[in-house]
Amino acid sequence: MKVTFTVNGRPTEADDVWEGESLLYVLRERVGLPGSKNACEQGECGSCTVYLDGDPVCSCLVAAGQVQDREVGTVEGLAQGDTLDPVQQAFVDAGAVQCGFCTPGLLVQTHDLLNRAHHPSDAEIREALSGNLCRCTGYEKIMDAVRLAAARKADARDAAPTGLEG
Amino acid sequence: MRSFTYTRPAEPAQPWTELGPDAMYIAGGTNLVDLMKCGVAAPGRLVDIGRLPLADIEVDAATDTLRIGALVPNSDLAAHPVVRERLPVLSRALLAGASPQLRNLATLGGNLMQRTRCGYFRDLAMPCNKRVPDSGCAALDGEHRGHAVLGTSSRCIATHPSDLAVALLALEARVSIDGPNGPRAEPIEAFHLPPGETPERETTLTHGELITAVEVPMTTLGAHSYYLKVRERASFAFAMCSAAVALEVREGTVRAARIALGGVATTPWRAYAAEAALIGGPPSTGAFARAGDAATEGAVPGRDNGHKVELIRRVVARALSTLAATDTPATDTPATDTPATGTPKSPGTGEAPRTGEAPGSTEGEHR
Repeated sequence: MKVTFTVNGRPTEADDVWEGESLLYVLRERVGLPGSKNACEQGECGSCTVYLDGDPVCSCLVAAGQVQDREVGTVEGLAQGDTLDPVQQAFVDAGAVQCGFCTPGLLVQTHDLLNRAHHPSDAEIREALSGNLCRCTGYEKIMDAVRLAAARKADARDAAPTGLEG
Repeated sequence: MRSFTYTRPAEPAQPWTELGPDAMYIAGGTNLVDLMKCGVAAPGRLVDIGRLPLADIEVDAATDTLRIGALVPNSDLAAHPVVRERLPVLSRALLAGASPQLRNLATLGGNLMQRTRCGYFRDLAMPCNKRVPDSGCAALDGEHRGHAVLGTSSRCIATHPSDLAVALLALEARVSIDGPNGPRAEPIEAFHLPPGETPERETTLTHGELITAVEVPMTTLGAHSYYLKVRERASFAFAMCSAAVALEVREGTVRAARIALGGVATTPWRAYAAEAALIGGPPSTGAFARAGDAATEGAVPGRDNGHKVELIRRVVARALSTLAATDTPATDTPATDTPATGTPKSPGTGEAPRTGEAPGSTEGEHR
């Protein structure tokens, strides 16, 4: 079947899609966006997290046909050109990346969290990231990165009170 | 995964006309796509009902009823201001389930239809009466420390996995259904079927029928309600034991009580004996402990899951104690396990349940 949808703002068409393919597979193998990672394939690990119509979901559990005419946002869409999103920059600066396999999902999920909660508590961060597993167990640095990104975004809001952020 | 055809109904009023004998409905897909990948579900056709106009949350002021469309995502329902204020047990139960990503996809109807997480059900190499009728039950003599102690039969001891359904049971919700034989509605208590001799049959739905909505009465009881879930880690795990509780206390006497259990029974489980143990008496620590005892009535533990009987006692008593400590209907922090004293968060933010601690770890409110 043919699936037509929007990816990171661009109209996208995938041909010869088998009905049993997941959105994750379509993104990685047919659209050329391998940022979202394929790990558990059952919604447990969050490495495949993408935006679907504005909400983060596990793309491994979305059947290809379900995304027809919908909007998908992937980790590749977070940066503006060569400028990393504040969440991405914070993960770099905090050393929150070990093997990196869980990182794309964590970036998307954190991006969503910080769009909705400007000053999340540690407990809120942990709950928001409860569906993202890091098998390197690098959670302390990940927490540092989320706190850093939240603080930087808050500073940016203070510097630009017109509300360009979030 | 078996090959299948995929279709989205053009006629929203009658999606069953698109169905064949070998077909299944798909909505959010969080459970079905997973089961298709592991081979437990193998439909020849998927009918995508995800875009039917069944995603509204409406308040019927005349009857004080909340009507929730079957396609409302769990995250939206949990964040709905009316749910948070007047049905806190529902919001708490939703936020205690799954992860944010899954709650964004998963729907109300799909949650009520989700299949058990019994490992033998998901393992095609093992016998399972629920997956293949009359093939046997590997859990009876196998690894069953997480399995049910209530509502079991000699053919199945798998737990029902839903948190949401436990809250809806305590709220005496009604399930609206439509299908080839016309619309009908029934109490959620009747909707889920105990395994008995036919564990493969889990609900009253017949082929072609689908849930269209759930109606929840918004009562005084519902406004003073609470959900406690105990699991093996602090978040994103199925319940070892959970309790949805609601109390109506006037002049120091319990006038009405609702208690439903999750994670310990083959269906969402109403603990009537525990409710009866409270009615007419004071909301005291002793009464809550007696309710906890009564909630275990009929429990049949196996070799390795006797701890669930004690868990039921403690979770029920602690849920009631926590609820009783909130004098007025809880209107904020629906995801925390402490009495509602915090600052309301903006809807939809991932909140912070402290749901993993052992029930006996708080000071001696019971036993």
